[in-house]
Amino acid sequence: MKKKRKYDGWIIVSIIIFLLFVLFLIYPLLGILKASVIDLKGNFGFKQFVKFFSQAYYIKTIFNSFKVSLAITICTLLIGIPLSYFYTFYNLKGSKFLFVISILCNMSAPFIGAYSWILLLGRSGAITTFFRNKLGMEIGSIYGFDGILLVQSLKLFPLVFIYMNGAFRNIDNTLMEASSNLGCVGIKRFFRVVLKLSMPTILAASLIVFMRAFADFGTPVLIGEGYRTFPVEIYNQYVGDTSTDHNFAAAISVIAIVITALVFFIQKWATSKYDFSLNALHPIEKKQPKGLSGFLMYAYSYILVIVAFIPQLYVIYLSFRNCDQAVFKEGYSLVNYQLAVSKLLGRSIKNTFFLSFSSLAIIILLAILIAYLVVRRPNIINNSIDTMSMLPYIMPGSVIGIALVMAFDSKPLILTGTMMIMIVSFVIRRMPYVIRSATATLIQIPMSIEEASISLGTSKIKTFFKITVPMMTNGILSGAILSWVSLITELSSSIILYNNKTITLTMSAYVAISRGNYGLACAFSSILTLLTSIALLVYLLISKSEDLKM
Amino acid sequence: MSVNISVKHAFKKFGDNTIIPDLNLEIREGEFLTLLGPSGCGKTTFLRMIAGFTQIDGGDFYFGNNRINDLDPSKRNIGMVFQNYAIFPHLSVRKNVEFGLKNKKLSKDEIEQRTNKFLKLMQIEVLADRMPDKLSGGQQQRVALARALCIQPQVLLMDEPLSNLDAKLRVEMRKVIKNIHQSLGITTVYVTHDQEEAMAISDRIAVMDSGVIQQLGTPKDIYRRPYNLFVSSFIGRSNIIEGHIVIREGAAFVNIGEYEFSLANIQKSHMLEKKVIVCVRPDEFYIERNTGRGIPSIVDDCVFLGQNVHYFMHLEENGFEVEIVEQSALESEVLPGMRVFLGIDQERVNVFTADGSTNILRGVYNDVL
Repeated sequence: MKKKRKYDGWIIVSIIIFLLFVLFLIYPLLGILKASVIDLKGNFGFKQFVKFFSQAYYIKTIFNSFKVSLAITICTLLIGIPLSYFYTFYNLKGSKFLFVISILCNMSAPFIGAYSWILLLGRSGAITTFFRNKLGMEIGSIYGFDGILLVQSLKLFPLVFIYMNGAFRNIDNTLMEASSNLGCVGIKRFFRVVLKLSMPTILAASLIVFMRAFADFGTPVLIGEGYRTFPVEIYNQYVGDTSTDHNFAAAISVIAIVITALVFFIQKWATSKYDFSLNALHPIEKKQPKGLSGFLMYAYSYILVIVAFIPQLYVIYLSFRNCDQAVFKEGYSLVNYQLAVSKLLGRSIKNTFFLSFSSLAIIILLAILIAYLVVRRPNIINNSIDTMSMLPYIMPGSVIGIALVMAFDSKPLILTGTMMIMIVSFVIRRMPYVIRSATATLIQIPMSIEEASISLGTSKIKTFFKITVPMMTNGILSGAILSWVSLITELSSSIILYNNKTITLTMSAYVAISRGNYGLACAFSSILTLLTSIALLVYLLISKSEDLKM
Repeated sequence: MSVNISVKHAFKKFGDNTIIPDLNLEIREGEFLTLLGPSGCGKTTFLRMIAGFTQIDGGDFYFGNNRINDLDPSKRNIGMVFQNYAIFPHLSVRKNVEFGLKNKKLSKDEIEQRTNKFLKLMQIEVLADRMPDKLSGGQQQRVALARALCIQPQVLLMDEPLSNLDAKLRVEMRKVIKNIHQSLGITTVYVTHDQEEAMAISDRIAVMDSGVIQQLGTPKDIYRRPYNLFVSSFIGRSNIIEGHIVIREGAAFVNIGEYEFSLANIQKSHMLEKKVIVCVRPDEFYIERNTGRGIPSIVDDCVFLGQNVHYFMHLEENGFEVEIVEQSALESEVLPGMRVFLGIDQERVNVFTADGSTNILRGVYNDVL
């Protein structure tokens, strides 16, 4: 009797992916770990950690990051949940507008918000000067903790909004009716039923907001000033103007990973306490907002969304103003855009498209293959691929940047300064999200669909391409568009990896800001905003559902 | 195109669990055979072994003279219908149906012709260009059938194809499947746990439990003379009562307490005075209104169901609860709390050995032996 072949072509795919992961993920990670405990002379020791924990200055950076991220998380929940509640439980006019604009707020490049708020409320900002000159009043400082909190809350609350919309929509109307039937209505019902039922989603949203805030580089570097956070510190230690210490940067990275991992596991643990799933057979019937409470709902929703969107509008407006270095002057023209053309605009756009699309293609290919291996062919190799693919969840962007530079700037494999290393970092940054959505899609496809195809005479490999892949693509295509946006606005690892040849739009904008070319920065940022808006429009046309997975 | 299927000493285990210990089955050419049994009895596993989706751990499977154990599922030329229909959601109805044809070397015209033929046969031509998410469950099932049949398979396998439909549609689709089978004459293996469905649709039924075929026979054989107690209680409802065989003057009688009925059709080898199990279907009891000869029982409840009345009673002697069905009469004189006498239809009733393993009456057919 012929032994059934258990090992087919898929084992080769598994091994290739496994090796790629070891090379581009595990090896750089180990490199960071090694650099943090072994100094340049090759001596082993925890000197770097001792240095970190013995100086209040450094401990403060991590503590600051933690504190401000926690504050941002709470703030986004506080402003995002009511907006989502009004949005899903009431028939607000212009709700599509609210939805699109709030997503645009979230999709902007990481520093545009900070930069624009500085131009508005900073030391010589438009609003500050207006109050000082016309009214003789001083607005408090926007720099530091308050500034980061303001900018990041307004940028990240849409994540809470989107997540909670999904959760609220899954609440069955009969649960609401049962609750009022048992005498629990109004605000009491909101807290005791609606929020309790949404708890898993609230936790998921909290995690993603926290992780984003914790790893953010663009906002604190611009608006943080004396308020030091760890991504800025890592960057300074690695490429800073004053003193650089690669080993110390590695040590900080390790500490950051440990903290994000801890937060990750605490969130998982908290979520496990709410192990239930909702599926609304009778969706919530939207009510008409009436009277004073209706007015307040409208006021709250529109003011919040518009305030959050102001920075981007203001940047677009400024991009058409005449400008000389850091000073905007009277009159409008395209001078900023002309300057941009002379300052690598063409190359930036070309690079941005090349890098984002090639990364996205690789991500989608990997995601489909990995999802298939993990869901349909679980074994030791594939399960370890699954685990490895989730590592970037807990690795802040700047840590990935440093890890890649350290691993690939010496023989045998030198990639520093190449497009390749940018692509690798993009793939690592975004892959876990796409894999998650691909896996979730595949789990929902019953095995029998593939079996049906095989029984109709289609070989296994043909079935994979003709049935499995098309069915999965539908599920991950929409997510891929959002991934594309986050790729073109990627900053925290690019800033460590880019050079003049591999510069992207986001980097060009950032460089312009840091050199004080404000008009130029506005031009680059506006182009970026335009691209994200187009992507969002395409997304909304393709996917009918509003359940974005970001 | 149809073939007979012959399975010898099939063996299957998952981990340390033996699902099918040693299964032998001959499925005749063009026959509609149903695997019937409770969930977990191994019927679906066995079907998937025939289809090739579950690895065969031992034994030989033949389609006609071809051993198919090592044949890739895509080469077995099987039509398969799944419980969840497994319609490709990204393809239109027409594309779904012609999917299998595209793997065969057929001309474009031939593909279209055959697709149309089966769309028409299943009465879904008007739906040809719709996407599956716009179809009802019954329509999806028709698409699945058309898709499975149009490749002109040697064997049609169906895994609980009707269990996701509502009761009315199930009866309708049952007829559709039966008609299709009669007109195409394709060897069909059908899996279900619904005994009524199995009775309505099959040429023969294989009743399975714990991976073993308990009885293989026509629906009539299986219902009238179940081979053992398991088959008897799985097919229809049965009241199980203990009794004794008494031999008098060369004839056998069954005693239940004071009540006695004669057992003319007992197998010779079982003509011994011993304990037996008497298996009485609810309609094999009758309420004795005249003679007072019967098992004294107390009526607990009466349920009026239109055509029939169901009585729930307990036997006075030992409190055994029994269920009786009678045609409803205009005036029912039997009311809860009353004491009645129950007679047993001695021709239809089944009697098993005390361990329930064998029916001791004549006229039991079991093709598996």
